[in-house]
Amino acid sequence: MNADRRQVLKTGGGATLLALLAAAGWIPSAWADAPGWSKADFDAHTMDDALKALGAGKPAASGDIAFFSTPDIAENGGVVPIGVNSKLPNTESIAILVDKNPFTLAALFDFPAGTEPTISTRIKMRETSNVHALVKAGGKYFVTSKEIKVTLGGCGG
Amino acid sequence: MADPMKIRANLVGDSTEVKVLMSHEMDTGLVKDKAGKIIPAWWIQTVKVTHNDKVVLTAQWGTAVSKNPFMSFKFKGGAKGDKVTITWIDNHNDSRTDTAVIA
Repeated sequence: MNADRRQVLKTGGGATLLALLAAAGWIPSAWADAPGWSKADFDAHTMDDALKALGAGKPAASGDIAFFSTPDIAENGGVVPIGVNSKLPNTESIAILVDKNPFTLAALFDFPAGTEPTISTRIKMRETSNVHALVKAGGKYFVTSKEIKVTLGGCGG
Repeated sequence: MADPMKIRANLVGDSTEVKVLMSHEMDTGLVKDKAGKIIPAWWIQTVKVTHNDKVVLTAQWGTAVSKNPFMSFKFKGGAKGDKVTITWIDNHNDSRTDTAVIA
C-alpha cells in the first residue's frame, strides 16, 4: 500500500476525494479501486467487522449451505480449492470469509435469477482457520463454517 | 495488457457450465521480494460474466483469491453457439475482456 495514498485517505475523507483527484488527473488512475468494489467490506480484519461491513448482522447457521470439493487439509495455503453450494431459496450472494487471514473477506459472488447459487474458486490461506460461507437469501443472511488445516502457509514472505 | 483468460462454456443438461482461468499475479501487498522490499498489492477486484448481453454473475475479490484465479459456476438458459463474455478489473484499473462460445 502506498504511503501517499494512505495519507490522502486519512486527510481527505476517503474514496470520494480520491475519485475526484483521480478524475482531475492529480494522481495516477493506477491507485483507483475498480468501480463497484466495496473497499469497506474487504478492509475488515475480523469476522465481526466483516459481518458488520456487509450488513449481515448475526447470520443464522444453515444446513442448506454446503462446501464441496473443499479439502479438510490443504497442503499448500496458496491454492485452497473452495466450492460452495446454497439450497436456500432466492439466494442472492455467497461470500467466502477466512477467520485468520489478514483480510477476512476473500470473495463475494452475486447471483442474478437463473444462475445456480453454486461457486468454485481457489483462495489463499495464511494458516489453519475456520472458513465461512455466508449466504444472502431473501434479504437474510445464513452461514456454514468449516475448518481447513493448512500445512504450508499461503502468504509467503 | 494481461494474458487472455482461458474460458470453457459447456452445455450440461439445461445449464451452461462456465470455467475460467485468469492470468494475474494477485499480489497481496504483504509479501516481500528477495531484496526485502514489499511487493505492492495488485489484484483483480471485480469480475462480470455476461451471456449474450445478460449479466449471469458478478464478483468482488480481495487479495486472498489465489494467483491465476480459477472460477466455475452454472447458469440456465444458454444454447450452443451463444457467447459468454467475462471482464475483470484490477486495482491498477487494468482490465481484460474475453469471450467464449458455448459448446
